[in-house]
Amino acid sequence: MAIESEILVVGGGLAGLSSALAAARDGADVRLVSYKQSTLRQASGLVDLLGYTPDGEGPLTDPYAAMPDLPASHPYRTVGVETVREAMAMFDEVSGYEGGHTDTNALLPTHGGTIKPTARYPRGAAAGLASDDRDTLFVGIESMTDFDAPHVADHLDAAGVPFDVRGETIRFPGDLRADAKVTRYAKLLDTNGEVAVRGRKVPAREALAQRVNPLVEDAERVGFPAILGDDNPGAIRDALGDQMGVDVFEVPMGPPSLPGLRLEDKLFEALDESGASFETGNPIVDFDGEGHVERVFMEKNGARIPLSADQYVLATGGLVGKGVESDRDGVSEPVFDCHVPHSDDRYDWFDTDVFGDHPFAGFGVETDDDLRPLSADGDVEFDNLRAAGSVLGGYDFAAEKSGSGVSIATGYAAGTSAAAEVR
Amino acid sequence: MSDAQPTDFDPVEPNTGEGFEPVEVFPESDDFDLRPGADSCYKCSVCDTNCPVAEVDDDFPGPKFQGPEQWRLKQTDDDYEIDDSVMSCSNCMRCDSACPSGVPLSQMHNTARGEYVEEQMDKLSVEYVRNRILSNYRLSASIASKVPRLANFAMNFGPARWVMEKTMGVTSERDFPEFAQQTFREWWAARGGADASRANAVESRERRGEPADADKKVAYFHGCYSNYNTPDVGKAMVHVFEHFGYEVVAPEQKCSGTPMFANGMLDDARRHAEVNVSSMSDLVDQGYDAIASCTSCSMALRQEYPELFDIDGIEKVASNTFEAIEYLRIHEDVKGEIESAEVSGELAQEFAYHAPCHARNQGLERQAVELFRDLDGVGVEDVGDSCSGISGTYGWKEEKYEKSMEIGDEMFEHMEHAEGETGMTECPTCAMQMEHGTGYEIRHPLELVEAAVVE
Repeated sequence: MAIESEILVVGGGLAGLSSALAAARDGADVRLVSYKQSTLRQASGLVDLLGYTPDGEGPLTDPYAAMPDLPASHPYRTVGVETVREAMAMFDEVSGYEGGHTDTNALLPTHGGTIKPTARYPRGAAAGLASDDRDTLFVGIESMTDFDAPHVADHLDAAGVPFDVRGETIRFPGDLRADAKVTRYAKLLDTNGEVAVRGRKVPAREALAQRVNPLVEDAERVGFPAILGDDNPGAIRDALGDQMGVDVFEVPMGPPSLPGLRLEDKLFEALDESGASFETGNPIVDFDGEGHVERVFMEKNGARIPLSADQYVLATGGLVGKGVESDRDGVSEPVFDCHVPHSDDRYDWFDTDVFGDHPFAGFGVETDDDLRPLSADGDVEFDNLRAAGSVLGGYDFAAEKSGSGVSIATGYAAGTSAAAEVR
Repeated sequence: MSDAQPTDFDPVEPNTGEGFEPVEVFPESDDFDLRPGADSCYKCSVCDTNCPVAEVDDDFPGPKFQGPEQWRLKQTDDDYEIDDSVMSCSNCMRCDSACPSGVPLSQMHNTARGEYVEEQMDKLSVEYVRNRILSNYRLSASIASKVPRLANFAMNFGPARWVMEKTMGVTSERDFPEFAQQTFREWWAARGGADASRANAVESRERRGEPADADKKVAYFHGCYSNYNTPDVGKAMVHVFEHFGYEVVAPEQKCSGTPMFANGMLDDARRHAEVNVSSMSDLVDQGYDAIASCTSCSMALRQEYPELFDIDGIEKVASNTFEAIEYLRIHEDVKGEIESAEVSGELAQEFAYHAPCHARNQGLERQAVELFRDLDGVGVEDVGDSCSGISGTYGWKEEKYEKSMEIGDEMFEHMEHAEGETGMTECPTCAMQMEHGTGYEIRHPLELVEAAVVE
């Protein structure tokens, strides 16, 4: 026997979640397995479609308009613009994100003080748009070295943003550790727990607003690093905003990221509602089958747990997510050993210029039109296996700013197609 | 690729290629080598975002420090002493399933805590004595269960508890769990032990149309709590497995070691583990799989044993240990039977289910909710992914009690909002916390499986 489902999705990131959601919403019996907790909490929580062309042209105003001109090998070309739109519609519905009202990219300030083109953003970032001309104050927390507010402000000013911008640094009220975790700030604000200010106990939201208030001056909006709650971010922003008479927004941060964590929660909640099953904590390491995947094996402390399905989706990530492995001898896809095209000479894998055009950035499996991985000879590797997200080759998500969009679009396409097979 | 040719793919192993020759940096030692784990940490801090203690305790530096960072400090400074904050780690092990790089965080914490207790803690201190007593629950329980009525009275006698708090630091806020009038093992022996179980299994196999001599046999690791406090859980396990045609044996066993790991009492834990591994490995050789109904017990046998001890047969036991319902999901169509079943009587109701932290690393946090989705007459609602806050002995310590309740608040709140007024969980101490915070009665998923499929 084995643990059975109609569709098995391997991978719990944006691509795996999108494909499991799409398939489950089409009525399929879906199970998603992820080696570890979803990596979404390492992501900023912003969802990009396409910010720059592969030639570096951009920031692009309309990502959809640029898709037909991408190289034929690009995943967006494989699934087609219409599918990308359908996928984003599903994402908008389940995520509650902003930005879906237009095809145009939004411009958001980053925690490094740069401006980033992105297609969707959480509600908490909405008041921070760089195209908005309201004067802005950024507030950093003394011990959070990832967000240097005066530096962010100077950087944005130099970039020519259409508003006055200042940065101030405060000590977070209360007696928190210098290396307090983002979840510590979030919990305090979520529960509005009391903190000690000059010997007096004050609710955390009030104490924070009181500390920032004298710094607001003419600013009409105030941006904080993304620490404003895990469960109740909207209520926290409203409470702070009311007490300071401004709009409050969060600037997405590097890992570990609360906006990423909130998105993760939202998507898993939607997956639960769709009736799908999921589990995390142990990797898929092996499979049975020749040209057709019969079953896969999950490794649990030395035990091999069999799982079987009619259709499989490979959404294990790229080089960073360990869905694509490399060593001195070559580049491979470790679960199904799908072919990953690469030069035999490893000195051809990279460019000597740090920000150059690195071939390794595009490493991943090649597929047919139905996202099924292809062997070196161009044959379909397994008739019931599709790939989605950054395990796919043919695009450089970091340079293009297309990571989330490709994951959502190919995940949706793989899930929809797998669900059609089991009807 | 097939069954016969397992790959050597290990997502945790640093990927160095065939021609790589490692250079020895640190002197050789007989201890478990934690260096590859420490080296795999790229400091993304995702472990810290999973730590329920760091979320409420401003004195606790979090798992990234306790694990890889403290390990590095130890290598470079001979005089480095383990930071006493390691005793505030509750050993929930959530950081393990968070790490995208496979850093063995709980192994590092357990090792550091063991070293702290062994080398730095005053053996005459109240804290040491209290921790030793708390972690040796099995010993207290085995004595108390000889006189359960007296024990139930005495352990919750107000003045006695006041004294315990003042002299020992055991919080008087909590009620001690009740001891059963008949232990699981007493019931098991009176019922006829393994012979009776074999006869029941054979009868079930005939009913199910399976060969009477089918090779279906399991060794039950009931742990202390099912034995002394909730024998109904153990009985449900036996009834359910026999229903599916399995012969059950209940081999000699001691405490799994879970409370000892959390208190750094590694010598005690090892003594108990030796007995458990010895009796289980013999049975595994005879074709038995080890089954636990408590997710912390299965976690100890599967993960903590091979990470901390080098005992003959330990890997074999680890790879053949399963949680009870997980095992049935792999080998039997338990989902199908539950879908076509209906529950009536006292368990036909709504449950507020909490997934224990130790179920998470085993991939079991969704098992109960998903298994009972289509069971007629019953609703099981997940009360969210927060930690219950008790973490075994952690919440029993006077100085940790308030933190424990602060961590548990989120779960209590979700339980109050859930439709059901009965709780459900696999973990005995989570059950204590759930009951303590809400006053709900708490049941084990195996009891519901029993009600659904055993006639």
